[in-house]
Amino acid sequence: MSEGIGARVLRKEDKRFLLGKGRYTDDIVEPNQAYAAFVRSPHAHATIKSIDSAAASAMEGVEGVLTGPELVADGIGNIICGWGVTSKDGTPMNMGAWSALATEKVRYVGDAVAIVVADSPAAAKLAAEAVVVDYDVLPVVVNSVDALEAGAPEIHENAPGNLIFDWEIGNQEPTEAALASAEHIVELDIVNNRLAPNPMEPRAAIATFNEAEDHYTLYTTSQNPHVARLVLSAFYNVAPEHKLRVIAPDVGGGFGSKIYIYPEEIACLWASMKTNRSVKWTSDRTEAFLTDAHGRDHVTTAKMGFDKNHKIVGLRVNTKANLGAYMSLFSSATPTYLYATLLSGQYNIENVYADVQGVYTNTVPVDAYRGAGRPEASYVMERMMETAARQLGVDPAELRAKNFVKEFPHQTPVIMAYDSGDFKANQDQAMKAADYKGFEKRRKEAAKRGKLRGIGFSNYIEACGIAPSAAVGSLGAGVGLWESAEVRVNPVGTIEILTGSHSHGQGHETTFAQLVSERLDLPTDNIQIVHGDTDKVQFGMGTYGSRSGAVGMSAISKALDKVEAKVKKIGAHVLEASEDDIVIEGGAVKVKGTDKQMLWHEVGLAAYTAHNIPEGMEPGLKESAFYDPSNFTFPAGCYICEVEVDPETGTTDIVQFVASDDFGTIINPMIVEGQVHGGLAQGIGQAMLEGVVYDDDGQQLSASYMDYTMPRADDLPMYKVMHQSTECPGNPLGMKGCGEAGAIGSPPAVINAITDAIGNNNLAMPATPSAVWAALQEVSAKTAAE
Amino acid sequence: MTKIAMNVNGKAVSREVPDNTLLVEYIREHLRLTGTHVGCDTSQCGACVVHVDGKAMKSCTMLAAAAEGATVTTVEGLAASKDELHPMQIAFKDNHGLQCGFCTPGMIMSATDMVERYQAEGKELTEEAIRHELEGNICRCTGYHNIVKSIQDGASKMTNA
Repeated sequence: MSEGIGARVLRKEDKRFLLGKGRYTDDIVEPNQAYAAFVRSPHAHATIKSIDSAAASAMEGVEGVLTGPELVADGIGNIICGWGVTSKDGTPMNMGAWSALATEKVRYVGDAVAIVVADSPAAAKLAAEAVVVDYDVLPVVVNSVDALEAGAPEIHENAPGNLIFDWEIGNQEPTEAALASAEHIVELDIVNNRLAPNPMEPRAAIATFNEAEDHYTLYTTSQNPHVARLVLSAFYNVAPEHKLRVIAPDVGGGFGSKIYIYPEEIACLWASMKTNRSVKWTSDRTEAFLTDAHGRDHVTTAKMGFDKNHKIVGLRVNTKANLGAYMSLFSSATPTYLYATLLSGQYNIENVYADVQGVYTNTVPVDAYRGAGRPEASYVMERMMETAARQLGVDPAELRAKNFVKEFPHQTPVIMAYDSGDFKANQDQAMKAADYKGFEKRRKEAAKRGKLRGIGFSNYIEACGIAPSAAVGSLGAGVGLWESAEVRVNPVGTIEILTGSHSHGQGHETTFAQLVSERLDLPTDNIQIVHGDTDKVQFGMGTYGSRSGAVGMSAISKALDKVEAKVKKIGAHVLEASEDDIVIEGGAVKVKGTDKQMLWHEVGLAAYTAHNIPEGMEPGLKESAFYDPSNFTFPAGCYICEVEVDPETGTTDIVQFVASDDFGTIINPMIVEGQVHGGLAQGIGQAMLEGVVYDDDGQQLSASYMDYTMPRADDLPMYKVMHQSTECPGNPLGMKGCGEAGAIGSPPAVINAITDAIGNNNLAMPATPSAVWAALQEVSAKTAAE
Repeated sequence: MTKIAMNVNGKAVSREVPDNTLLVEYIREHLRLTGTHVGCDTSQCGACVVHVDGKAMKSCTMLAAAAEGATVTTVEGLAASKDELHPMQIAFKDNHGLQCGFCTPGMIMSATDMVERYQAEGKELTEEAIRHELEGNICRCTGYHNIVKSIQDGASKMTNA
């Protein structure tokens, strides 16, 4: 059976996880290891008057209590946002200082004030509780609308009015003109709820300073260890790059929250040097809620105009994006270039204008979470389209189809140039699978049982495979977003692929091996994927933005081109044939049309013994490549959700969920389907269950699994997942990316379905039973009044 | 400090540990069996599920001292050998029932317990029953679709084993 592209190969990485032999950061123990606990602010906003660590330092087993002023004195730099966004008046964004350990002020509950290092986790925690911090409590603001009000508490002195940037995109005047002359206007206020990413493995770090070598090793739960090393070195001055090794071993999920370099990693590295111990820190779950970057949190108003034929003539969107108390690594890009650039959706719209204000509040920093900006965009677009269909009295599928982009490439008014797609094909496939025609019959049948049945569409498009380096550089990115790979053919013919991508659940060890198997016609058992160690892999930008297929595998493909070329030269030389006649197949290098061949391992051996290779050829068989994409990729699809609401309780059951996606080339359908399932669960979670709640004092009321509703098995349906692919012309494999689509496309489908069922469009996420029940009461009250 | 002895994965073990040591700490930190995971601090996530005297238990919710003399099986003790996985482990692999792998040991320990209980009581382990039984196990990667399929398949594999 083929193990190449398109095969449902079972995962190579599964065995170690099934046997309990995974190796996550917290599983690792270093010699002479000590444990860290952080002293964290209990206040959302306060000045630090004094820190008294005398009692804590004197406790048994305590190695040291270290604070912000000492960290600053040692030259450790502030944490930065790596993407500069320019406001519409031409001024740079107002980034406030963020020290890994707070110096004068704390700005959210959980802000780290000191690190305690002790012989055991318990001793560290006890000592952390004994550190006495004297605070002067300041007024607090937790949401973006209040934070922009005159007189709101100022969180950073260099961000007046808490405004980080006021950014725009698109064509404002033509959009206003189009809306002014539109036949129909649709308006909606939209809140995109705040979420906690919650990978099941909490963040952790082990830092080891080797005094003799002036060298640091950091094990960390990271999606991008190479970027971590770069930033820790170049910006935070922890150690120069050649004196810092970063290893991200098995990582238990990320969903964006493990992209960023957090205060704890910096503090552990520094504390290891100060105490001359290995320092391990493992977050507990409440600490994760309090300190892992959150996602979403947009407040938006949108206005869409249609002509008399129901063609969209313009869209204006105003969004306030809550970025929390500090600017996390990609926080500025998420609500701007990853959001507003998708506000043309799947539709041909001449005029789009968006204005986004980034705002400081006294909450955990907000950054990219599965989908990063694109779920916010698809929620705006698809809630608007469904609302428009209801307002215009037309079928929601037809209204969408009428406005689809049908020709490619298609330049939108908001930067993106869609390269391929067939939106109608996906919609048709999804409608057929969902038996859309039969829906009214099902609705009537449900009504007989006292249930309110509804159906909702979401025709999402997103941009991933980030990204062309020069393009993102011109938009403010501080790094290039290429990927690198190395293909090592060993003398015995086995192969190691070293990749700058990082797998934390995505199954790269299998899919990347499948690519090699396809190209070299070798079994995947002979291929090992190496990732996550800056000492082994040359460099990499990591895994996020559904980029590891389109960008990471393209880098591998490019390196394989070079390996193949060299193999053919060696084959031609040894077999005394023309290079053009050499083929690689069946575990051998063959001369076409003859029985002359070298077995694959013989080629490896020939390259390494170098006894008989072409004159002037370097020995060995190892090639590397950097791949920089030429464009974003544009996965798109049609999701249809069908629900039944119990009007007595407001409880919603998802009775059917159909997802038809265009991901371009699919390497392993089994893994792709798994990615979609997981994305759908997170999107359905956002729509119906999840929401971070702060009180007015900035205390997080949802900081445990008893308070924040994680989707459980009995909250979710079996999904109907299918594909309808067009090849992506932008990369050698034709791939678009599948990691985030489910989370991007599903929330509007769910809310459109529930609002359809209950006959009230005024429903915010999460649509909990009480929210749905309240919306139903509005309908009853209105009906009674009429 | 207390000396606590038990049988773990078929082997008699004994460690001198602080009185407040949780069973999961005993397993992870003292026996260095790190397949059992900790994903929360409120006994919700189920990453720490092991079998104590044949019953699925959240090892973060139990003191090691309470397992004195008990027979404990962790995920490391489930397979006969590395080449002879437990039918439920095979089912998780066959059905892509795991992604990042962090919740997986707890899922598998809950799943085998679930199948054994239903089989002992002669009840059918339906999809609905599996979803209900998984109340105490959270997965963030798979959306549960393939975990449910894995457990259905695992149940049939265990019956035929």
